[in-house]
Amino acid sequence: MTYDPNHVVLSVRDLSVNYRAERGLVRAVSKASFDLHAGETLALIGESGCGKTTLNLALIRQLPKTASIDGNGILYTYRDGRQTDILKFSDRDMRRYLWSECSMVFQGALNSLNPVIRVSDMVYDTAAAHGIGRDEARKRALRLLEQVRLDPERVMRSYPHELSGGMRQRVLLAVSLILRPQVVIMDEPTTAVDILTQRSILDVLKLLREELNFSVIFISHDLAVAAEIADTVATMYAGEIVEIGPVNEVFYRSRHAYTLSLLNAAPRLSVGAEKLESIPGKPPDLIDPPAGCKFHERCAFVTDICRHTPPPLVAYNDGTHLASCYEMERVLAQAQATRKVSPL
Amino acid sequence: MTPVIELRGVNRTFIKDRKPIPVLQDINLGIEENEIICLVGESGCGKTTTGKIISGLLQPSSGEMLFRGRPISSYDRKEQAVIRRQLQLVHQDPFASLNPAHTIGDILGFPLKRHRMVDGISGVRRRIWELLTMVDLTPPGDIVNKYPHQLSGGQRQRVSIARSLTVNPKLIVADEAVSMVDVSIRISLLKMLHELRERLGLTIVFITHDLALAKYFAWEGRIAVMYLGRIVEIGRTQDVIASPAHPYTRALLAAVPEADPDLTRHKQVLRLRSDDIPSLSDIPPGCAFHPRCPFHVPGLCDGVVPALGDGPGFSQQVACLPLQQGIPLVVNQTSTQNAGQHV
Repeated sequence: MTYDPNHVVLSVRDLSVNYRAERGLVRAVSKASFDLHAGETLALIGESGCGKTTLNLALIRQLPKTASIDGNGILYTYRDGRQTDILKFSDRDMRRYLWSECSMVFQGALNSLNPVIRVSDMVYDTAAAHGIGRDEARKRALRLLEQVRLDPERVMRSYPHELSGGMRQRVLLAVSLILRPQVVIMDEPTTAVDILTQRSILDVLKLLREELNFSVIFISHDLAVAAEIADTVATMYAGEIVEIGPVNEVFYRSRHAYTLSLLNAAPRLSVGAEKLESIPGKPPDLIDPPAGCKFHERCAFVTDICRHTPPPLVAYNDGTHLASCYEMERVLAQAQATRKVSPL
Repeated sequence: MTPVIELRGVNRTFIKDRKPIPVLQDINLGIEENEIICLVGESGCGKTTTGKIISGLLQPSSGEMLFRGRPISSYDRKEQAVIRRQLQLVHQDPFASLNPAHTIGDILGFPLKRHRMVDGISGVRRRIWELLTMVDLTPPGDIVNKYPHQLSGGQRQRVSIARSLTVNPKLIVADEAVSMVDVSIRISLLKMLHELRERLGLTIVFITHDLALAKYFAWEGRIAVMYLGRIVEIGRTQDVIASPAHPYTRALLAAVPEADPDLTRHKQVLRLRSDDIPSLSDIPPGCAFHPRCPFHVPGLCDGVVPALGDGPGFSQQVACLPLQQGIPLVVNQTSTQNAGQHV
């Protein structure tokens, strides 16, 4: 199924997450808001430590005990139209919600599979916890494993160590869909796998997405993967969503200096010789973040106002594209002049 | 010109469960003075082992390595020690390759003293200052007394590079040297390596699995693509990237997503016959890529192991018999029906 902009599945409003640390409060995510639509793939991009993973753990309420979560709601719409706020869930509600409404594929496939049980047992255990019998679970698992281009019978009988890294990642993807969730959260699912393995995971993901009608929140530091599979891209910096919009808008008509700087640091294979620049400096301390725009210390477009007043998130293109950057016009002009290239 | 380093018919096997695993087979590679050469390939293709052999950390099981035209073994022990010093390796993980209990000053000071690179304590101190400035860790006074954990990943990798420079090497093997640092700062590290190469006349062997990075770094140099322990294609970067010849190289280039929505969504697809890479303990006969190759010619590709060679229509060298014989590559219909089924 395709992306339906009129049907919001998950609506996140002003979500903040703080960690208690010895030195003070770490503001890992500040006032993040976005809507995830049916069939949409949203990619969250940004450097390590920008809050991507924390934001996603908050969406499934699996944060460590030192974290506190705050916000105006994470509104989830069930298939039958009922709405509920995940922030108000009891533990029991949460357990029901996970897997059957929203599942997560973690980074590092080996760590997410129990090494001492077979794939089949993992499937049965998960299904049983949600009231689905063995036969039905087996039927669904075999079908899904086939869809991710694995030998279903063999994989069901296997222990995780008997599978290669790429196979494990595909097993996780298949198992995450066993209860037919509407939302799948994936944390760097193609990091640390080889090129051809990455290709097969991406292809399989695209196929499944079309057949099974789910939305994806995809965390990656790899801009190329985001460019390939995302409908919508959100750039995170120092815990804030600084730009969010349709993939082509964000890549070719960037409106935030940070997004453009990230793009200018990523080599592209088929465009010949490139002039690239790293982003100078390092991400700010989230315990004591800089005043004004948090990116101003590293920004090539910085002006006086950036240093003391935080820029508001401004909407463009009928509200589909949001960015918080005072120098939006200069950034946009540079993006339009440089980003679109013809291949070799 | 005589290459700085030349590998001739180098093989390397490791023993696993009492069985020999051929990790490198028949590697022939000459590396010219001051050039940049990238070794690319998927995990297990032998790129790291090749790097370790070049930097002298591993010996070939058979075949030989030549330094400036003469086999290493023909030099006497003292000369070998000097050669060994001129070939340095920068490791992938700057968290693991720097001793956490030593300050940056210690880390750079040890090799300087051990190899008597400079005279006296003040000489060591001056050289440490120079090295830190060279890798843009300035002011050096802020860095020397720090411990590795007090530095960021990028800074640590700079220390790692500075350490390899303490013994005035001629050649540096950078094994995935920037894979652990954030995308946003990789380019500055690569630019620094470029500058050091020009300033110090270094030769750089850059090992990576990231083709876009290899393309950027070695644009003026060469790329060698490895598969299951052999070099399958080698040539000028601009040729290999713009018009890849070997089917494996084509598959890799076609599979890489691009940081550009239009480019990446309109890439030509090349479906392999199998997604899974064969095990090194059971390498297919003939061309090791033939069971996955969509263009394989039955009776030709599964017989003899192809050696690197020229062919009509491309300037790089490839290990592919159909290409060398000028047989046009066509998708082998009869065998692609198995696509999607896996071992």
